[in-house]
Parts: sequence; C-alpha cells; structure tokens
Amino acid sequence: MDSRKKTVVRAIVVVAAVLAIVSGAAIAQAPPVKIGLLATLEGPFAAGGQDGMRGAELAVKQRNGVVAGRKIEIVKASSDAKPDVAVNATRKLVEQDKVDIMVGPLSGSEGIAVKEYSKTQPTITFINGSSGAQATTLVSPSPNFFRFNTDGGQWMMGLGKAALDKGYKRVMVIAEDYAFPYSQVQGFMTEYCKLGGKVPVKAWVPLGGKDYSSVIARIPKDVDALVVVLGGADAVNFLNQYEQAGGDKPMVGGSITVSQDILNYKGKRRDSLVGTIAGAPIADAYDAPEWKAFVADYKKNFPDGYPSPSLFALVYYLNMKATLDGLEAVKGDLSDGQKKYRDALSKMVLKSPVGDVKLDANRQAIGTTFITEVVKDSQGNLYNRVLKKIDNVNQTLGIPPAEFKVGSRDEPSCP
Amino acid sequence: MSAADWRRAMNLQPPRPAAAGGPRAAPASTPRRRFTNPVRARHVIVLAILLAYPWYATPFFTFQIGAQSLALGLIALSLSFLAGSGGMISLAQMTVAGLAGYMVAIFGTAATDGVTLGWPWWLAVLLAIIGAIVAATFIGWLSVRTEGIYTIMITLAIGVAFHYLTLQNYAVFNGFQGEQKVFPPTLAGIYWRDPKPFYYLTLVCALAGYLFVVYLLRTPFGIALQGIRDNARRMRTLGFNVTAHRVAAYAVAGAIAAVGGVLFTWYNGLVTPGSVGTGWLINILVIAVLGGMRHPVGAFLGAVVFVLLQNFAIDVIDRERFNLVIGVVFLVIVLFSRDGLLGWWAALSARMSTQRGGSPWTAARRRLYAR
Repeated sequence: MDSRKKTVVRAIVVVAAVLAIVSGAAIAQAPPVKIGLLATLEGPFAAGGQDGMRGAELAVKQRNGVVAGRKIEIVKASSDAKPDVAVNATRKLVEQDKVDIMVGPLSGSEGIAVKEYSKTQPTITFINGSSGAQATTLVSPSPNFFRFNTDGGQWMMGLGKAALDKGYKRVMVIAEDYAFPYSQVQGFMTEYCKLGGKVPVKAWVPLGGKDYSSVIARIPKDVDALVVVLGGADAVNFLNQYEQAGGDKPMVGGSITVSQDILNYKGKRRDSLVGTIAGAPIADAYDAPEWKAFVADYKKNFPDGYPSPSLFALVYYLNMKATLDGLEAVKGDLSDGQKKYRDALSKMVLKSPVGDVKLDANRQAIGTTFITEVVKDSQGNLYNRVLKKIDNVNQTLGIPPAEFKVGSRDEPSCP
Repeated sequence: MSAADWRRAMNLQPPRPAAAGGPRAAPASTPRRRFTNPVRARHVIVLAILLAYPWYATPFFTFQIGAQSLALGLIALSLSFLAGSGGMISLAQMTVAGLAGYMVAIFGTAATDGVTLGWPWWLAVLLAIIGAIVAATFIGWLSVRTEGIYTIMITLAIGVAFHYLTLQNYAVFNGFQGEQKVFPPTLAGIYWRDPKPFYYLTLVCALAGYLFVVYLLRTPFGIALQGIRDNARRMRTLGFNVTAHRVAAYAVAGAIAAVGGVLFTWYNGLVTPGSVGTGWLINILVIAVLGGMRHPVGAFLGAVVFVLLQNFAIDVIDRERFNLVIGVVFLVIVLFSRDGLLGWWAALSARMSTQRGGSPWTAARRRLYAR
C-alpha cells in the first residue's frame, strides 16, 4: 500500500511540474487573443456545423492568424443542436479555456440559451455563429451578445411576393417545429398574406424526424406549392419520401432547405428541385466582385469543402470577420470589461461579401436578403440564381417594433 | 435462453462462495458494530475532499464538473440500485428524472408557451417527486413480469414513447423547445444556482441518496431484494412477495431519480425532449456500467468519468473525432473489467492483499466487508 501511495504521489508531482512548465511557457510569450468557436459537429446539422467552422477559419486565415499584432488562438467546441449541450460547451470555453470572445452557436434554440448564459458573463463578448431565432435579440436582449447576421425572418423577406409572381396563390407550409422555422415562416407569410396569398395548412414536424408519410398524406390537392422549411438530413428525408409518394408540387424553400448541402442531394427528385425559389442571406451566383473573391478564397483554402460556400460558412464567416475587424479597430484592446471593443462593434459597418451589414439598437444585424431560384449549370451542378436582391432588411420586417409579434406556430395566420 | 439464464447473465456480481454468510452472518450479539464498522479513515477523507472541493476548484469545475456529476450520479444511482441489487436493468430512469424536471417546470415557474402554474418551488418539487414516484411505480408494475433483455426492451419503449410525447405535445410539454429558464429559488439570500451553493445542494442530495441506498441494502427489504435477484423462485417459496418487492424497488429508485432529475433540470436551467431522448437513456446506463454496480459509489465514479470525458475529450484529439475517444475509453473499461471501475478497484485490492501474504480467500472476505 505504501509503495503504491508513493507512486501515486510521485505521478501527481510529475504531472503538476509538467503543467507548471507548460503554462509558464505560455505566459512568457505575447498574449494571444483567445476566441471560442462553437458549432454543431454532431447531430442533424453536423455537415452544416463543419462548413460553419470552415467559414470562421477562413476569416482567421485571411488575417494570417494575427489581429492587431496579437496571435489568434481558436478553441473549438461542438454541440448537437441541443440548447443544454450548447450551453455546457460554451461554459467550458468561457470558464475553463478562458476565451476572450465567444463565437457561436449554430441553431436557433441554442442561440437563445447561449444568449441567456451570456448575461452571467458580462466581461466576455458573445458573437453569434449562425443561429437565426428572432427571440435571441428581440426578447430580453443581452448587452454583450452581438449578431452580425440577419435572422430567419429577415432571410425570407421578399419571398412572399416572389411566390405570388410565380402564380402560387395557395400554399401549404411544412416546417420543423422550433423557433427558427417559426421565424422563417413568418418572414414568408408577413408579405404573402398581406398581398392576398392563402396558407390553409401548416404542418409542424419534429426536428430530426424520419417519417414524413403522415405529413405527405395531409397535403391538400388544391394548393399550388409547398413551402418547405426543413434543414440538413430532414430535407433530404422529406424529398426522398415525397418522391416515393409520387408528389409533384413545386417547392418554395426555406433558407437552409436549398443550401449547398441540399443541392448536392443525389436522389431522383434532384432535378425537380430546379425552379425552387427561396429566400436566403446568400446566393451562389451573386456576381459582385466581393462575393466572387470570397468564393475563390473558400475554394482555395478548403478543397474538401462544397463547390460553393454554404449559408453556414458565409454566416460564420461574417460573424468571425466582425469579431476580428472589431479587434483591429480597437488595436486589440480588451481592457475595462471589453467596453471599447463593444462600442466599436456596435458602431461598425461590416464590409461583407454580400454587402454592408450594420447593427440596430439590440445589436442585431440589418442586412441584405437574396431571392433565389435553383437552376442547373452546364456541368449538371445545381446552384441558386439571383432573382432579386433586397437591401437593409430590418428585424421587424418593416413593421413598427411596437406592433411586431415574434413568430410562432399560429402567428401569423391567413387560412 | 431461459429466464434463469438471463438472470444469471445479468447478475453483474461475481459468484461469491462467502455470499451465503454475507452481512447477516455477523454475530447477532454485536449489532452496534455493524453500524459503526463501515466508517473508516477513507470515508472521512473522501467526505472532507468533497466538502472542500469548491474552495480550491474553479467555478467551472465546481458547477459543470462537480455539480453535474453529482446530479447525474444520483440518476445513475437509481439504475445501479435497481440493476445491481434488484437485477432489473431499467432504461427508463432518465425518463423518470426528466418527468420530474418537467413537473417542476409545469407546477413551478418556467419561460414557456405551454402550461406553467407558478406554484411555490417547494410545492412544485414535492409534487414533482411524488409524480415521478407514481410514474416509476407504474413503469415497475408494467415491467416486473419480464426478465433480462425484455425488461430493457420494455423500459426502452416507455422511454422512447415519453420522448415523443414531450416532442409532439404542446399543450403541456411545449414540444421541441421544452421548458426554458427552470431555475432553483433564491432562499436565505442565496441564489441556489450559483456554483458553490448549487454544488453543496447536489452534494447533500447525493450523499443522502447514497447513504439511503447503503442503508436500504442492509434492511430486511434490501436483503430480500438481493435474494430475489439471486433466486426469485426460492424467495417465492420462502413466502416473499416477489412482485411487490420489485415494484417497491422501482418506486424507491424512482424517488432517487426524481431528486436527481430536479437537480439536473436546475443545473441545465431547462428541460427539453432532448433531455429524455434515447441518447440520455443510454448515457445513464453507460454511467452506471462504467462505475460498476456492485456498490452505490460506482454510479458517482461513473458520472465523474463520463462528465470529464464529455468535456475534455475534445481537447485530446482532432475536434471532429472526439466522440471516438469517448467510445474507446468506454470500451476499454467495459472490456477489461467485469464491473466497471469498481471491478478494477476490487481486482487491485485483491491483488494487494494476496501480495501481503493473505490468501485469495481473505481477499474475497475483505472485498465483501468493504461494502
């Protein structure tokens, strides 16, 4: 027993000594800026999370890993799109890994939970990843949570009119049952209902659902199109089953329904995706030089990535770029509880590949939305053609803030 | 495979020739010794370390590692009690815990579109625990007629059914979003979700649960339960009501899981269908198996290892492959030990005592009295 105790004690001493040397060496160098990066590398959005990471890394690479003379140190963490997991991962980054700035998370419910957590850490600045729930910045906003991407509602602004222009007078909504799709559907319906469109049926399906047969059976004969707001594996599953059921109605897509990971879908219904209109903060075929440069940079850095960056890559890029631009603006000064840094972020006009982004009073982005249509190029790849570009879309979709209600299962409604 | 074979296969404790003379064989004239005997120097040391822990650990280690492990350990304890002492492996323990969490939100306060009655916290907690015990009793009543793998199947089915109920029911459970902002109360000027107070809260509950199980295993009920685990037919012949004992065990385990569930919900500040999904049902089994089911302390050991892995595996390896580390560690522990970490401990101490000149027989005895 005694000899074993000695061994254990010795081992502890050795480990402690090694740790002391390692940490001592780290302190001796110029302090790097530690940035926590959270995305979903597991669960339904694993592919999206991976591409989000690529976008964020791209912003770091464009600065060669240095900002305002300080080295950028990225500490990554993963969640599985569950709010409790996202908060645990964020808490680890902030309290254990001691990051200065936190970038993430990816999905809507996670964003709300991380925003709530940010209130308990007033000295750390939180910048969104790609989460797009309205409530994150609209309901009890946190003074240290910034979002440089427009939300799920803003992404669909203008789509209602585009759908009516295509002749879709009655549509059925099929969407996942949580905050982000609520806001997407609201963004679509706000304009669509105002211009006289009708939505007789809304089907809310569980996130990560495998079986859509009951939903497909409920599709009324007299609707002109389906508004499908599903993401990742869910959208592919739905497409497969709708195809097997012999469905032929045209689609209006949510912002993550027709993202790059869906356009790479290999099933037979792939061709029927052609003609699908959607609203998104991104358009593959946008021809501004800033966008083209961004795509070229993405392709060069990530040969194993998608043919064109996905929404997640772009949005994570935007938020990480804002993070670093802000640091550059204050010359890396994070003193005084990061007050200067936050002021710089609030006033910043972010030069992005998709146009300028500025923040409103709730630290929520006001930015550009694209209305796109899926077309096939000469090599057989599907991509999103730009139908229309709408600038300066604000969070309340043009409605006065006092009258604006956060989207839900029943809000808005026009049966 | 017959039911008896299953029971034997599921009986995770190694066969012990000395078992027949177990704790009961202690001389009847010294009942006082039986109570004082187990308190040893190492118990005092462990308790002292646990009490002092938040004073030398960072808030992160206190809250996310310490308190989370204790709350999860409590839920796993309910399973290791059922499985280790009753021979019933129930996957629905997280369901019971999650139900308790939901009830705290529903009867108490939460930010939700669904029902929240806003009753005082103590009433909500009390109702949650009672409700969870009723549910656990019902689950037990449904599943006691099955053995081994069939118990696993039926409790898994119940767990998955509850998961989908919470996912699709909006009137009560608020669907995918679940119940948000479910926090412990502020009492006596202390906000009980701050790292230190919350740690001590979970520690007190965990210790109470632990001591309760240790005590219960020595009562006639506990002895009878272990008898039923080892040979239900013989116990029935001796006049014990086997079904009643098993259902009662489920109820007791339900109470423990409910307390753990309330704490875990307060820890997360929310309860969603994800909290009662298959992932967590299996995680609780993993925690119990990792730690070992031969002694109540195993559940907490397993929880600590599990939480540490969940948090730090991502630092060890390429960020996109960290689940591999978690899987490999689990495999190694389960492959090389009959009974998780406790199995390693037992093997180690048995080897130590043979080296010191004792026979394997004294090692076995030592192991037995170490309970």
